[in-house]
Amino acid sequence: MSDLLILNGRVIDPATGVDGLRDVLLRRGRVAAVEMPGELRWTNAMETLDALGMVVAPGLIDVHVHLREPGQTYKESIATGTAAAAAGGFTSVVAMPNTLPVNDSVAGLRWMLDEARGACTNLFAMPAATFGSRGEEITDFHELQRAGAVGFTDDGKPLLHDRVMREALVAAAGIGVPVSQHAEDTRLTGGCSMNAGPLAFRLGLRGMTNESETRIVERDIRLLRDIERSEGLRPHLHVQHVSTTGAMEAIRRAKKDGLHVTCEVAPHHFTLTDEAVGEYDTNTKMNPPLRAELDRKAMIAGLMDGTADCIATDHAPHATFEKEQEFERAPNGITGLETALGLALRVLHRGEGMSLSRLIALMSWQPAEVMSLKGRGSLEVGSFADAVVFDPTAEWSFAVKASRSKSRNTPFDGATMVGRVMATICEGRVVYRGN
Amino acid sequence: MTHDAGKISGYAAGSLLTVRDLSVSGVSAILSETTRIERMVSAERAKMLAGRRIALLFYESSTRTRTSFELAAKSLGATTTLVSDKSSSIEKGESLKDTGLTLRALGAECIILRHAHSGAPYLLAKSTGIPVLNAGDGMHEHPSQALLDLRTMLTRLPGFDVDTIHETTLKGVTIVIAGDILHSRVARSNAMLLPKLGARVILCGPRELLPEEALGLSEGVEIERNFDTALRRAQVVMMLRIQQERLAGLEINLADYISRYQLSNERMLAQAPEALVMHPGPMIRGLEIDGDVADGPNSAIEDQVRHGLAVRMALLVRALGASGFESIAA
Repeated sequence: MSDLLILNGRVIDPATGVDGLRDVLLRRGRVAAVEMPGELRWTNAMETLDALGMVVAPGLIDVHVHLREPGQTYKESIATGTAAAAAGGFTSVVAMPNTLPVNDSVAGLRWMLDEARGACTNLFAMPAATFGSRGEEITDFHELQRAGAVGFTDDGKPLLHDRVMREALVAAAGIGVPVSQHAEDTRLTGGCSMNAGPLAFRLGLRGMTNESETRIVERDIRLLRDIERSEGLRPHLHVQHVSTTGAMEAIRRAKKDGLHVTCEVAPHHFTLTDEAVGEYDTNTKMNPPLRAELDRKAMIAGLMDGTADCIATDHAPHATFEKEQEFERAPNGITGLETALGLALRVLHRGEGMSLSRLIALMSWQPAEVMSLKGRGSLEVGSFADAVVFDPTAEWSFAVKASRSKSRNTPFDGATMVGRVMATICEGRVVYRGN
Repeated sequence: MTHDAGKISGYAAGSLLTVRDLSVSGVSAILSETTRIERMVSAERAKMLAGRRIALLFYESSTRTRTSFELAAKSLGATTTLVSDKSSSIEKGESLKDTGLTLRALGAECIILRHAHSGAPYLLAKSTGIPVLNAGDGMHEHPSQALLDLRTMLTRLPGFDVDTIHETTLKGVTIVIAGDILHSRVARSNAMLLPKLGARVILCGPRELLPEEALGLSEGVEIERNFDTALRRAQVVMMLRIQQERLAGLEINLADYISRYQLSNERMLAQAPEALVMHPGPMIRGLEIDGDVADGPNSAIEDQVRHGLAVRMALLVRALGASGFESIAA
């Protein structure tokens, strides 16, 4: 593998606290040196990348993506989904298990992670917490972890029963990985297709209340507390795509109490509100749904004050014909890998004044910590040579027709993005080059 | 908050998807066109849409709306075809979009849609590009019903001229809509249309059938849980049936409901002896309304049906842009 020297960029590496002009040498898939400009002159015979005016950061990490393979490759494949990831500056993604069949076995997990799938970024997977994600019987966490599982989830569905969630938390605590919860009390959301509120009422759509999310988060936190007390274990709960004020507040309190709770926020939940549903735009339909302005503000507050650990896209591709249906019948989810950085920079950095360092931490170092991805999320010497080079001030507008994803289901076609990815480097290889 | 999504897309002129898209002058144009068509001799009327093709696409059962749209189209001379979900490729899984494109390819110039899913008319209008008339979509809206209700009120209440309306025409008029508001597209359309003309709309019903969010429909809307209190202020009372088919597990104690919300003869006499009684149908006698009240002198229920036919003629003329209808874009 050839060496790559990234020159003249502003290196922002939250893990090491570096924020300044540095040259970065990537060698044999690892970060070999991060030095003051000019210091690496002596290195020779290599590819160079001029990053003048650019930010050089650890490659972005998305702990929540749906790559649809196996089973639904008309929506996305591991190859196309990771190509979209690379275009968005991501070097590592964690694939959710709701494929066909559900990823709940060692054989299925190995198949998914096999090189033959053609992933162009690092690929990690979170297998199902229960067989078939039916919420009844937990899978073989031990064997799955040995085969590469970074956590367990029934994403798309909650682990609803107290007993099953408790068992999953205990089993995951034993091997030091998180249980990732899709927090939705489905007993309260039957037939619902958007956020409860005045707009849902006017549109004649049944609404999901904030309570349906908060109740599960609060229940899970109670279970954590109880397991710590009675079993002497330290289970790790990761709350996926937090969308409500109440859930964010519950997580804030649990962290204060010292429980091991982490959570993620999706870009659409800090950018849009349910008003975006407009005239039944199915590209604004996802679960959890776009919420009220108060909730959007609470997501931003959580990201600012450290309650939220990371930004994750919940990239959920669907074919056009599936979204061209009656709103209530259209599937949940939007694509997100190519718009995450642009929205985060626009809304959080430019709009809310979040520092670049904090924003990058939320998209690289912290998600690596949450999922214990060793050697990822930092440009520390010796780490994997995963990096993103982007112009932090470039303004552009996202055009869905240029997307690398197989699907087109995004509410952000034509939306303004801030920050343009110039290069994405995965274990030393340039996997995406912008223009 | 940033508005990246929910862009207002263009729908074919003459579409009627929601009453929100109607300006007061647009409503006025529809009502005067209604009167004009109503006054025509039938032979003249039958020339208005002669040779034009109109499709009725019905995914839900309907008596009044379907028949009156169909009769309206036929009396204007149009050719109609009825497609229902029970006897078409819809049963085989054809999507709404493809069904619409098929109807368009067969020459339909306008589609009248009844659908169980809220918002379906938007999808159809967007995919076909031809005018779509919303004949009731899920719990969302029933715009032609609200227009015919308005015309019924203007003709039955004393002192109104149905052909000249403006922002304050219904100032001082209070309409009580009572019953299952949550599941009612009629309630939504009326609660958004009538206040445009200055009316006060009081929604009345138990919490599980009338959530507070209903206040967001219009500034002219208020909620009153006590039916007697609401009735005392009413010039018009519109009763709605409990939509069993949409209750989705919600359990209503019918005996209790009847005692609190039925429009009985005694309640009517005690609280609002002069009020006009309306009901969009289908009506469940003995549940939300007493048979005697429905058949009584204050009842405008059959008038509503008659006005339905007339208003729908005007909507079809408007949709097909015939005879110099002026306020197509209103």
